[in-house]
Amino acid sequence: MTLRGDISRRGMFFKLALLFDGIVALIVALPIAGYLLSPLIRRSGCASWLSLGSLDQFPVGQTRLASYRNPDVNPWAGETADIPCWVRRVDDGNFQVFAINCAHLWCPVRWFPQSGLFMCPCHGGVYYEDGSRASGPPPHGLFQYSYKIEGGNLLIKAGEVPIPTRAANATTRKSRCA
Amino acid sequence: MRLIEMTGRIARWLDQRIQLGKPIQETLDHPVPRRSASWFYVFGSAALTVFILQLFTGILLATVYVPSAAQAWDSLQALDHQVTLGWFLRALHGWGSNFMVGIVLVHMAQVFLFGAFKFPRELTWIAGVFLLLMTLGMAFSGQVLRFDQDAYWGLGIGGAIMSRVPVLGPWLVTFLLGGPIIGGSTLSRFFALHVFVIPGTLIALVGLHLLLVLKLGVNEWPMPGRVVRRATYLQEYHKLTHEEGVPFVPYAVWKDAVFSGLVLLSIIACAVYFGPYGPNGQPDPSIIQTVPRPDFFFLWLYAVLSLLPPSLETPVMLIGPAIAILVLLALPFVSGEGEKSWKRRPFAVLTVLLAAVAFGVLTQQARNAPWSPKMQAWSSDATPAKFLKGRTALERQGALVLQAKQCRNCHSLDGIGGSRGPALDAVAVRLTSDQLIRQAIQGGGNMPAYGKNLRPAETTALVAFLETLHPPGQAPARDSSRAVVDAGANQSSSRRP
Repeated sequence: MTLRGDISRRGMFFKLALLFDGIVALIVALPIAGYLLSPLIRRSGCASWLSLGSLDQFPVGQTRLASYRNPDVNPWAGETADIPCWVRRVDDGNFQVFAINCAHLWCPVRWFPQSGLFMCPCHGGVYYEDGSRASGPPPHGLFQYSYKIEGGNLLIKAGEVPIPTRAANATTRKSRCA
Repeated sequence: MRLIEMTGRIARWLDQRIQLGKPIQETLDHPVPRRSASWFYVFGSAALTVFILQLFTGILLATVYVPSAAQAWDSLQALDHQVTLGWFLRALHGWGSNFMVGIVLVHMAQVFLFGAFKFPRELTWIAGVFLLLMTLGMAFSGQVLRFDQDAYWGLGIGGAIMSRVPVLGPWLVTFLLGGPIIGGSTLSRFFALHVFVIPGTLIALVGLHLLLVLKLGVNEWPMPGRVVRRATYLQEYHKLTHEEGVPFVPYAVWKDAVFSGLVLLSIIACAVYFGPYGPNGQPDPSIIQTVPRPDFFFLWLYAVLSLLPPSLETPVMLIGPAIAILVLLALPFVSGEGEKSWKRRPFAVLTVLLAAVAFGVLTQQARNAPWSPKMQAWSSDATPAKFLKGRTALERQGALVLQAKQCRNCHSLDGIGGSRGPALDAVAVRLTSDQLIRQAIQGGGNMPAYGKNLRPAETTALVAFLETLHPPGQAPARDSSRAVVDAGANQSSSRRP
């Protein structure tokens, strides 16, 4: 039996069935997409204030290695959550806290106090003691954390990988997690 | 006798139901052009063989490996040192990976040079391009699963490249890493990719690739002058196969079998002789005394990222791969007809040669990495005695400054030390003392300025030492205007009462 024109009863059922399954597929797909994209959606604890320890650990005029435990990790992150950074105490109340990562491709830079330079072992990026680019492929200076001093402790705002737009010489962008 | 009868009956029973006997027989008997039963046509089957080896060894490794950031490294240690023959399985899988990438590349070059991508095999080529991408994806994600320092910082490099994507960069990084930093979710993510997503895609693509080879037939041996035309090709190919062809089994297949066997033997030999890859240091970012290096097939990329001028880097990193993939995909459509023989396609030959030479040179460069400072050179490399013999106290003091200020990390003396900057053995021939002072204080030409970190006394000593660095028979560079100025100064001072 045909209803109208060349659409058969069976043909219409088939199309309706497809439409129904399309809706079901969408209902299934939405939570799956949400699950997949959850790292982007989750907002808790991305960047928070973390203590690097007491100010006494950082003598004036020196640059020292410090590390913090990243807050936003699952229990099975192991040692990957222990993130190092370089702390430079410029004077009594002024600090610079640099990410360990080279601004080029994120390899760990090392501080050489004798020459006052950070050097990267990967592609040869070099930075001055204030984190500005000295030579090599890095497009800009070392990434800097914002810091504050509270109760004799040095706190930094950390918890994310350093993205170029948050670099030392670049204007600080509003973080997704702020 | 009863056994054979029995087997035959079981086979017939099965085939009545599955009904695959006839298509399988047809596949085995499918005719191939007589000259295509050649040693040049064995790379595809060898790649498939290695892929099957990777599937089996991969599944076996997964029975022990723990895809957790906190425990992966320990489980690799257990595989290497505690599980019986665990080291061998890891070595097979690791060397299998290298062989697979290598064979896939050779297969691709052969197909390209023999014009096999032309009509009607365009889709076979396109499936092949995606197979190559998946194979590289397996190689990279496999390096991540070997969760050590190289894996950790390799992920960082991947993230850094992603982060340069305009606008979407930060989101892509978070998506790639499964969170705001490299951590527990990152490894789990790459485990899912390496074990389910990419292999699943690979299996599907291999199926498509093989189906197309069967449906369209093995490429005929290219003869100069035998030109592919869409209108006539199928007819010509039919003649080549059905009138002059030979059945795939056994005429062609025995060469595939022998070569695949040789490849497997080579993988076993490498696995036994060289052993498994790493893992090297623990994936602990707070251990910064590390020099991350990628695996063999990504070394060229490491060199490219070091040698490109900074301004070109981001465009090349982001647009380069897209262009390369588009060119590969467009190839069979741009050049779907015409000559197949490499003897009539000089540009094809040059392209392959250029790619091979570029790959070789970049890989070799990356193995030496002359662009990286040698981080320990200043404290562990000796100052060659010949540069100290007969020198004054000031000059020797300068040698100490050169050492203590990490200059050796980038500059070599007598071939020892870094090669980021020029060797200093004969620096006095190239630069006058004024120029040496200027270079040390102000830097330039990719050298940092040392101005703030050299006291005047240190600079004097350093330059005094550098001025002694010239071959015995060759005078150091001198500033001729300086002589005139000095002479003038002497005159004026002598005239003064």
